[in-house]
Amino acid sequence: MIEFRSVTKRFAGGSVAVDNLNLTVEDGSFTVFVGPSGCGKTTSLRMINRMLDPSEGKILIDGKDVHEGDPARLRLGIGYVIQHAGLFPHRTVLDNIATVPRLAGWTKAKARSRAGELLELVGLDASMAKRYPAQLSGGQQQRVGVARALAADPPILLMDEPFSAVDPVVREGLQDELLRLQSELDKTIVFVTHDIDEAIKLGEKVAVFRVGGVLAQYAEPAELLARPADDFVAGFVGRDRGYRALGFLPASQLPVGELATIIEGATIAQTRAVLHDGWAVVVDRNGKPIGWAEESRLHGQDPAATLSEDLLHAGGSLYQADGGNLRSALDAALSSPSGRGVAVDADGAVTGAVLADDVLAALARARNDGEVRS
Amino acid sequence: MNGLFGLLERLVDWFADPKHWSGFDGVPVRVLEHLEYTALAVFIAALIAIPLGAYIGHTGRGGFLVVGLANGLRALPELGLLILLVLLMGIGLLPVTLALIVLAIPPLLAGTYAGVRNVDRAVVDAARGMGMRELAVLRKVELPNALPLILGGLRAATLQVISTATIAAYVSLGGLGVFVFVGQYTRDFPQMLAGAVLIAGLAGAIELLLMFVQRRLVSPGLQPNVVRRGTTG
Repeated sequence: MIEFRSVTKRFAGGSVAVDNLNLTVEDGSFTVFVGPSGCGKTTSLRMINRMLDPSEGKILIDGKDVHEGDPARLRLGIGYVIQHAGLFPHRTVLDNIATVPRLAGWTKAKARSRAGELLELVGLDASMAKRYPAQLSGGQQQRVGVARALAADPPILLMDEPFSAVDPVVREGLQDELLRLQSELDKTIVFVTHDIDEAIKLGEKVAVFRVGGVLAQYAEPAELLARPADDFVAGFVGRDRGYRALGFLPASQLPVGELATIIEGATIAQTRAVLHDGWAVVVDRNGKPIGWAEESRLHGQDPAATLSEDLLHAGGSLYQADGGNLRSALDAALSSPSGRGVAVDADGAVTGAVLADDVLAALARARNDGEVRS
Repeated sequence: MNGLFGLLERLVDWFADPKHWSGFDGVPVRVLEHLEYTALAVFIAALIAIPLGAYIGHTGRGGFLVVGLANGLRALPELGLLILLVLLMGIGLLPVTLALIVLAIPPLLAGTYAGVRNVDRAVVDAARGMGMRELAVLRKVELPNALPLILGGLRAATLQVISTATIAAYVSLGGLGVFVFVGQYTRDFPQMLAGAVLIAGLAGAIELLLMFVQRRLVSPGLQPNVVRRGTTG
């Protein structure tokens, strides 16, 4: 547990970066500090591992004031990931990851074998071990940064805008990976970002800071979207917050309708026989969707020929019937060429279809039941 | 033109004369003397300049000292300094070495300071945040990353000292400068030219050696030609 008790940080010159912060981060929780630049979120984070010291107040980890004792020893027990990864350019990927275990006194062999495990854990190929940071992409560097922070298995992980320098597609992958890691490792994570979408996606609890280092609201993401504490939070959370709130309603309440499917390798004639309203999803042997077949494209083709992939429409996004949410279901429906969102099970096999209207109906029911505020 | 060809011919003759290659005043002895003065001066200068540059670069305190020292020392007239030192201390190894040390310090100091200072701040922040103490940050992160610039400073210093160690002969300490000075006094221009050629050749050879050492010592992760190979997107 990390506790901020009346913490104020003033910089030389008198500017107040953090103003009387009181906040508790629970063990094993994923907490995100979010706010515009100059709001003191990074300063707050850096006071936890004493990269900065508070001007007033104190910070406790498991009841112990971080100010007592040696900062270097404190930091060995806290993983630290920064914006541009900050990998050591002169060391290989493997030796970068092995840094903290080596500092903690492990033998070189043991530290390297541990580093190898970490490399795999963050989804990098073993062939990366001997590369140097300059040979990696931004996303790969950031994975190595996370692996390096986790190497000595610290209970706490501090992440300072770790994904803000990578492109959006890679960022999304890294976020998903981090959530997967957290579900396995159960660390206490404090994560700083200026991106409210990232905060809401990752955080179990989100602390919104405003300029001047004042904590504006500290709540679960759904609460933040439904009941912003003031105009600042409402403005920061943004225009799309109604749409984003759909992400907190489970998709399991949606009725999954029937969907015409045909296995790949079927003939044109066989495909045309199963079409429903002119559409069918082509699936592979495991039931995973490949694309959509449409009547107008099959018309005039040789009925005995095998259905080839270039006759298909690319599919839209998919959503998981169990475990997914209304936002992904709505997106599946809206992005599907047929207007039917494809529902899949945990293995990615097609289970049925959902219409945008079904999602809206489910939203209306949830509102009636008081699950969301209108 | 005839004069130039004649001079070159006599230069070749000078090098071909076996008497110039043996004895206490032969080329091998002079080369060794020259290298001795160079190595001694560069070594002592490195002992002073590298720790000082590293300290200033690491702490960020006293950067003005580097600029002041580097420019001030560079502006000193080397021969004038040597004569002054000889007048103060008498003829000997010490004044010559001191004069050469003064010459070698600026490039070493500037290279080390710039090298340490230029290490990516994010990298240093990460090192500290992971639990490295200040000395470990300097030793394990800043110095290895500064190595290309430190060795660059070492090469520049060595090159300057080799060419300037010629003045050792001016105060009767030998070295390759002997050929230059004696040649000048006796109007033996082939000998004078031979001295100059030997000094330039020695400087070139040592430069090549140091480039090789640099390639071996600097981490492949900091060498552009290695890094470019096998890059993925």
